[in-house]
Amino acid sequence: MKYTSKDFKSDQEVRWCPGCGDHAVLAAMQRAMPRVAETLGYEKERFVVVSGIGCSSRLPYYMDTYGFHGIHGRATAISTGIKVANPSLNVWQACGDGDALAIGGNHFIHAVRRNIDINIILFNNQIYGLTKGQYSPTSKFGAITKTSPYGTVEHPFNPGSLVLGAKGTFFARGLDTDLKLNEEILYYAATHNGTSVVEMLTNCVIFNDGAHSAISDRAYKEDRTIVLRHGRKMIFGKDMNKGLVLDGLKLKVVTIGEKGITEDDILTHDVHSDNVGIHMMLADMKYPDYPVALGVIRDVQDVTYDGGVRMQAEQVTAKSKIRCMDDLLCSGSTWEVK
Amino acid sequence: MQHKVIDAKDVVIRFAGDSGDGMQLTGSLFANMSAVYGNELSTFPDFPAEIRAPHGTVSGVSGFTVHIGSEHVSTPGDYCDMLVAMNPAALKTNAKWLKRTALVLVDGDAFDSQGLAKAGFKGDDPFQELNIGDRTIISAPISSLTEESLKDSGLDHKSVLKCKNMFTLGMACFIYGRPMEYIYGYLEKKFGKKHPELVAPNRKVLFDGYNYASNIQAIPNTYHIEPARMKPGLYRNITGNQAVAWGLMAASEKSGLPLFCGSYPITPATAILEELALHKSLGVTTLQAEDEIAGICTAIGAAFAGDLAVTTTSGPGLSLKSEAMGLAVMTELPIVIVDVQRAGPSTGIPTKTEQTDLNQVLYGRNGECPVVVMAAHSPAHCFDAAFNAAKIALEHMTPVVLLSEGFLGNGSEPWRIPSMADYPEIKPPFAVEREGRFSPFERDPETMVRKWAVPGMAGFEHRVGGLEKNHQGVLSSAPENHELMVKERAEKVARVAEVIPLLEIDGPESGDLLVVGWGGTYGHLSSAVAQVREAGRNVSYVHFDYIDPLPKNTAEIFSRFGKIFVCELNSGHFAGYLRSVMPQFGYLQYNKVQGQPFLVQELFSAIMSVSN
Repeated sequence: MKYTSKDFKSDQEVRWCPGCGDHAVLAAMQRAMPRVAETLGYEKERFVVVSGIGCSSRLPYYMDTYGFHGIHGRATAISTGIKVANPSLNVWQACGDGDALAIGGNHFIHAVRRNIDINIILFNNQIYGLTKGQYSPTSKFGAITKTSPYGTVEHPFNPGSLVLGAKGTFFARGLDTDLKLNEEILYYAATHNGTSVVEMLTNCVIFNDGAHSAISDRAYKEDRTIVLRHGRKMIFGKDMNKGLVLDGLKLKVVTIGEKGITEDDILTHDVHSDNVGIHMMLADMKYPDYPVALGVIRDVQDVTYDGGVRMQAEQVTAKSKIRCMDDLLCSGSTWEVK
Repeated sequence: MQHKVIDAKDVVIRFAGDSGDGMQLTGSLFANMSAVYGNELSTFPDFPAEIRAPHGTVSGVSGFTVHIGSEHVSTPGDYCDMLVAMNPAALKTNAKWLKRTALVLVDGDAFDSQGLAKAGFKGDDPFQELNIGDRTIISAPISSLTEESLKDSGLDHKSVLKCKNMFTLGMACFIYGRPMEYIYGYLEKKFGKKHPELVAPNRKVLFDGYNYASNIQAIPNTYHIEPARMKPGLYRNITGNQAVAWGLMAASEKSGLPLFCGSYPITPATAILEELALHKSLGVTTLQAEDEIAGICTAIGAAFAGDLAVTTTSGPGLSLKSEAMGLAVMTELPIVIVDVQRAGPSTGIPTKTEQTDLNQVLYGRNGECPVVVMAAHSPAHCFDAAFNAAKIALEHMTPVVLLSEGFLGNGSEPWRIPSMADYPEIKPPFAVEREGRFSPFERDPETMVRKWAVPGMAGFEHRVGGLEKNHQGVLSSAPENHELMVKERAEKVARVAEVIPLLEIDGPESGDLLVVGWGGTYGHLSSAVAQVREAGRNVSYVHFDYIDPLPKNTAEIFSRFGKIFVCELNSGHFAGYLRSVMPQFGYLQYNKVQGQPFLVQELFSAIMSVSN
């Protein structure tokens, strides 16, 4: 490969707190990029990393690529402008749960709806970290934070259902510490043509430590998460003996070898399925009823916004008689004064 | 009765009716036809915000004023020579604009007791009630004549009634000696392909209207307005919004950069986005964003990627864009922000014109946040103003706000079509060489402008953003660095003064009174100043197209006059700004905040009152 992860590391000192989940996601991004460059045939200067405001939005400074540290919530709009202006760029976006889903929620859903070819890494630590600990739109119902001293009385967003509800073409989920899996997920996200949203469940050691520990703790991670891979059976657990089946219209966790269940009964993951219903169910799975789904949940092809813009421009240009401003200025209703 | 043909230097005609009566179309057809005929002209559409306000009511009246002349015409005119009123409400709202000698043409069918009541008339003689009984009033049963004209057309009743504006237009064509070929051509173009069945009926109604006017013997005079002696060349009629769009596209061509426009629909700026959306063949990309903020942020992204990036809006939208304008200032990226001002605050009166966003544009952002501020002064001037805004943005790596006004955006005037060969090249300061790492905020010592490196350029990888940085582009909260960068960004904008034209004085180079204006009041102010001079008073006039920075000779010119009289359509924004940057002078003010343009007459009186 032409590049190594080092080529994507800037000389800036990384200033996240020790133990912050963002470090691992940054590392996974830097590891994924050489392979992305290789597959797409891109030089490094065609990578752009955009962000909004928040702890994770510092990320562009740590990448030795073109970078844009925007304003709170607007990263998605900035990324959109960059990609539409120059579709030959590989545009990545780092944003937090407050940044992308609260103040930037509107831009987020519209980018997904348009299916513009950008890669959104959503760092979900379920808290406002940079402002020191207020609840976010993904904080659990009842979460006690500085601005909810008696617990929140509002429902959180599940980023996955938001993306799929907006007809998203790519959604994946990773746990900050799963470097290897995250590198793989980010590679798929970056090579997907269309809006890719990767929800990274990150841990904020200072203001929301252990937010994901119910599923991320080593002791029971394998039993409480499932890694989905295209074409593979939906099997999980320490002993790899649990699986997912459809029971009526719902997913159900079963144990292979019990009640006559064999591996053949277990669902096979199809990331390309046009049935968004099954992807929605997988994205919505929550502990303790279900294992939390990790990996690529949905990856389907559809018309992209940037592609559509170019195609339309070419079609219109091919038919148009107006080739330059002088043509336009003299077109239509004019009159001569002698 | 043989009507007299009168040679007129100029006439003002106002078409008014219900917002569904097609008065905007009638007025613009009359204007375009007159333009092709060779008259000088100026138009002023004045319509309610509601698409279809309650039928027949005063709030639903839509008007379109056309001022045509055989000599230079610089305003749509204060008072009209002819009012077409399609219903009593239209008569009521416009009666105050009638000249003593005016001709009033009404659709008699609409003046029944029901119609009169809806418009709030007490009795059955609206002319008496409005005290305009002394004008020449022609009540023609336009609706029933249109029905009669189309009784064999096969069109349904609703479609038939839609044609009554053509009957009116036909009558106006007779009165003002307009050749109707232009309308025939328009009808063919508009309906020929999709609704060929509508071409002949509309044509017939137009023709019948013309003949009716010539036959009724009630019209005392017809008018002949000679084509104006305009500078030879190819002309077209253009609105301010269209001219802004084309000016930006011209800058795109001259800079060799694709044009990107991220915008959200908002009255009265939407037509710019609509116009740009048409011209993909000239490298224009438009993105109708999910909101105003996304409009400017997509533009900032496109600027980072190397496009000529613009966003277009009006006051409320500009408020939403404020934070992102700060981001563009901080990242020192070139974008053009077009603000077509309307009456505020808040939603205000969306379809009415004002100059009340100047303070917002000058001061409405957090931090020390200077941008270049310019203003267009007439519909056609919007082309040059937009071109220059883009040129300054690109060559000086700064956001530029171009102020237009609803009056300019919707108004139109004939425009001598320029050749692109007469416009300068635009040369953005692209980075070409570097030693070691690229330093994004190192500046040209003369202009204070930074270099522009865009993604895709190998070896120039760098980061920009809203956080304060040093010249190398490294984050810095060092106190001295922050102050230095604040000063440098301000100095960069100030030095734009080196490239903008000097202020030119209309009138004597020095004297007792200097009238000062900016933006869309130009036509009214220049007319008023000319009238004051005709009245024997000594007065000079300067008009500002550039507001921040001001032209370099501003203070020097101001120092040559005894009194400075600042006239604007707000409560004194520009006067206040001048006081703050040039406190050594005294400033008198004339202000109007009614959502309407100045009247030449009121300006004339105001200037007379302060002149010796």
